Amino acid sequence: MMIVLSFVARLAWWLLLAPLLPGIINKVKAWVAGRRGPPVLQLYYDLARLWRKQVVMSTLASPAFIVGPAVAWAAVLGATLLVPLGPAAGATLSFRGDVVLMLYLLALARFATTWAAMETGSAFEGMGAAREVTYAVLAEAAMIAAMLTLAVQTGSVSLATMLAPSVGTSAVLLAAGLFTVLLVENCRVPFDDPATHLELTMIHEVMVLDHSGPPFAAILHGASMKLLLFAVLVTQSVLPMGTYSRTMASIVLLVGVLIVTVGVGIVESFMARFAFRRVPLLLTTSVLLCVFALLVAWQGAA
Amino acid sequence: MSGDTLFALLPNAGSLPWGDVPEWPAAEFVRRTAAELDRGARLCSWFGVPEDSGLGVRLVAIVAFDADNTLAVGRSLPVSGSVPSLTVLHPQAHLFEREVWEQHQLTPEGHPWLKPVRASAGEAPANGEFFRVDGGEVHEVAVGPVHAGIIEPGHFRFQCAGEEVIHLEIALGYQHRGIERALAGGPHRLTERQIETIAGDTTVAHATAYATVLESLAQGEAPLRAQWLRAIGLELERLANHTGDLGALAGDAAFLPTSAACGKLRGDFLNLTAALCGNRFGRGLVRPFAIGPDVDDALVARMMGNLTRALDDVEQAIAWLWDAALVRGRFENVGTVHRAQAEEIGMVGPAARACGLVRDVRYDHPAGWHRFAQAPVAVWPGGDVFARARVRSLEIQRSGDFLREQLGVPPEREATGGAPPLEGDTLAVALVEGWRGEVCHVAITNASGAFRRYKVTDPSFHNWPGLALALRGNAISDFPICNKSFSLSYCGFDL
Repeated sequence: MMIVLSFVARLAWWLLLAPLLPGIINKVKAWVAGRRGPPVLQLYYDLARLWRKQVVMSTLASPAFIVGPAVAWAAVLGATLLVPLGPAAGATLSFRGDVVLMLYLLALARFATTWAAMETGSAFEGMGAAREVTYAVLAEAAMIAAMLTLAVQTGSVSLATMLAPSVGTSAVLLAAGLFTVLLVENCRVPFDDPATHLELTMIHEVMVLDHSGPPFAAILHGASMKLLLFAVLVTQSVLPMGTYSRTMASIVLLVGVLIVTVGVGIVESFMARFAFRRVPLLLTTSVLLCVFALLVAWQGAA
Repeated sequence: MSGDTLFALLPNAGSLPWGDVPEWPAAEFVRRTAAELDRGARLCSWFGVPEDSGLGVRLVAIVAFDADNTLAVGRSLPVSGSVPSLTVLHPQAHLFEREVWEQHQLTPEGHPWLKPVRASAGEAPANGEFFRVDGGEVHEVAVGPVHAGIIEPGHFRFQCAGEEVIHLEIALGYQHRGIERALAGGPHRLTERQIETIAGDTTVAHATAYATVLESLAQGEAPLRAQWLRAIGLELERLANHTGDLGALAGDAAFLPTSAACGKLRGDFLNLTAALCGNRFGRGLVRPFAIGPDVDDALVARMMGNLTRALDDVEQAIAWLWDAALVRGRFENVGTVHRAQAEEIGMVGPAARACGLVRDVRYDHPAGWHRFAQAPVAVWPGGDVFARARVRSLEIQRSGDFLREQLGVPPEREATGGAPPLEGDTLAVALVEGWRGEVCHVAITNASGAFRRYKVTDPSFHNWPGLALALRGNAISDFPICNKSFSLSYCGFDL
């Protein structure tokens, strides 16, 4: 019974809490700009509206156009189930090497979205897919270096153990590196502009231009879950979660996620976007940050 | 330079009898126009006037000698079928010749890219064939006419190698309303309103050009008070649009502080226009021969206060933009139009001044209130997005100073008579420096004083090819900031 309850509670955290994050970011941006902004719950309304809508399909597209968003959504949800919500609560599913599965599930989600985008045969989508995959090469390198740091630090390849202690001296490096990865993986400023209506400058948004109805809702919801996943990861990687009590850990996690979310909003409020040709530069920096964190952790362990 | 021209000279806002315009056989006329352009003139307008007999069309050229502060006009004898192309010698005639071909079926022999400008074929404009680049790595991106934002419709066809744009072709015409056709035979009861809607964001400039043409055709002049009011309205229009566009430019670089502030401040300037005439876009502010809305001292004082506040805020908002290194990185060396290119395609307005060209109708061809009061011309070298943004921010300062100076010295109200009749068989030209650049109106009346031909040239008509050139060799993802830095009108082009 407890297992079922805890599973439902976890699913609720990931499925229901996630759409709140983009709402908070938008509220922060609006607040800084002196506007009222859309309601915090706007994404929930959008999802409800999209769910009731019809799907419009290009005559060129194969069923992969619909399957893509579904696979991507399921893959992200699968990845979230591997991420522990505090050391005591743990993850739904935990085993040796689950971190590798998480990375691959995120990659699968990206592949599925890109595949669905290419199905439309549109120049826009093709352009977006090319950009997404190009930047992912560097973002994934940074992500793997970050996970290696945690693995070296704890001598474990299971997320539940890896995320429990603080990484100590390399925490600052890792926080900066992972936060940058969060920004690029979730298509935020300064890499992408989720608020733009300009197709030619988009990365992620332009890939999903032709999607509509429930598949589009799945894409938006999946994106918000991915954001929550990264916020949870960043918080737990840099804070010594293992040293807190169960309730304290939950509060710290919630506050941490909130701080990361507000941080994204503040970055978007004060930073302009990079030109595309400069993006690899910043991404390389984030790879280096994570690699240095790895070196520090390695030296500390030795 | 203009001293030995065979074209008839006339000042801005001037008129001369249609019969006094020198005429040549078409081929020679094209050659002579090319000669005028060779010695430094600039093509303001080039159009056809159909003969009343229905036999052929006369070509008319309005050229400007900016350094000599004078305009010159010439025409051809009636011609039909084909004429030699001027574009091969002077690319600034490119769109004009396509327009003449489309309107009067007069083929410019040797024109390198002869296709419709705005004529429709069925439900959509007749875009014709687009230029294509072949190659394994080359792909084509088509944007519009339906855009994701709330903007006007236009079609952009990019030839790209990866992210790099090799060639951009712009096809417009989706907003073609037949303004010139509607104006012929006028002035009608609706003409003033129609002129104000040529380009809604340039209402005051177009309305001023129309009023000036009419007054010139009646051999008169507007009351000084009206000229003052038009100059005020024109600068307010410039302030509102420059502010709004700098904000939008920041928005396209995802830089929120300036974007949010300028969005609000644009409204403040529009409200100042509304305080003058009751309409935020200046409709009803300019009426031919009329003195315009009543402006008392209390209103002037209130406007002065609001204006000063808004100008201070704009200065701050724009300072944020220049201070952000990321924004400068986006604007510098992006979308460059070289000075020689700008000259060759006859660019006007802030886009031309951002290439280092000193071209400003208020300074080169002063008419109306600008004969008494002028703002310094804002010029910046470079020709990139940064230079265009820079010129516009300089113009905000200078227009602000101009307004603060001029608002305080309103001329006396004087009694005005009614509208005198228009002279028959006369040609009148008016240039006005709108916020985008030179607005050119030319009217030719028939024997009874009605418009035989009314030609409107919006600055966008000169500048759209500039945007296409600016994109060459740039990243396609920089198109939006390039586009916004030009901020051209679709409806002003489409007429």
